Amino acid sequence: MIEPHLVEARLRAGLPEIAHLELKDMTGTKDHYEAVIVAACFEGKSRVDQQRMVFAALGELMDGPIHALTFKTYTPERWAALKG
Amino acid sequence: MDDSTRTRIQALVDEHPVVLFMKGNKLFPRCGFSATVVEVLKRTGVPFHAVDVLADPEIRQGIKEFANWPTIPQLYVKGQFIGGCDIVRDLYESGELDEVLAPVKAG
Repeated sequence: MIEPHLVEARLRAGLPEIAHLELKDMTGTKDHYEAVIVAACFEGKSRVDQQRMVFAALGELMDGPIHALTFKTYTPERWAALKG
Repeated sequence: MDDSTRTRIQALVDEHPVVLFMKGNKLFPRCGFSATVVEVLKRTGVPFHAVDVLADPEIRQGIKEFANWPTIPQLYVKGQFIGGCDIVRDLYESGELDEVLAPVKAG
């Protein structure tokens, strides 16, 4: 398990262009997280590469502290279109 | 990962047009994310080969390195890594999964 603010800090450090971030502890056990990540650095990247960037930001947290992670990545443009 | 594990994984993705590396098997997935991908693939009607990583610790570890992807499940189509649960679900909901699977349906 890992505190949500630490997960958030790692995401923000590894993805400096985050425009919007939602992070939810799905089970209350601090090891199953759900996230929505909107960042300019996703622009022009495939879905797979966008997710790889998120995994890279989390690094070793994916090897134990975080048991399950489900997330969606958006560019600011796509996010705006979705919300508009 | 040692060479023999890499060779085994490569052989699996070469041999089967659609391969899912998952936890558990098609009938009894042992993880919600794996269950979701099985369900999505069943709905597409495309036959797929499932590899239970829980039954094979070397593949369980090796597959993460193979795709540079830290989580399971992992879906491969015609030897190409497609993604994990979030991506497969996204592709399914947007209708793009049919395009991804089109080469398989065409034979």
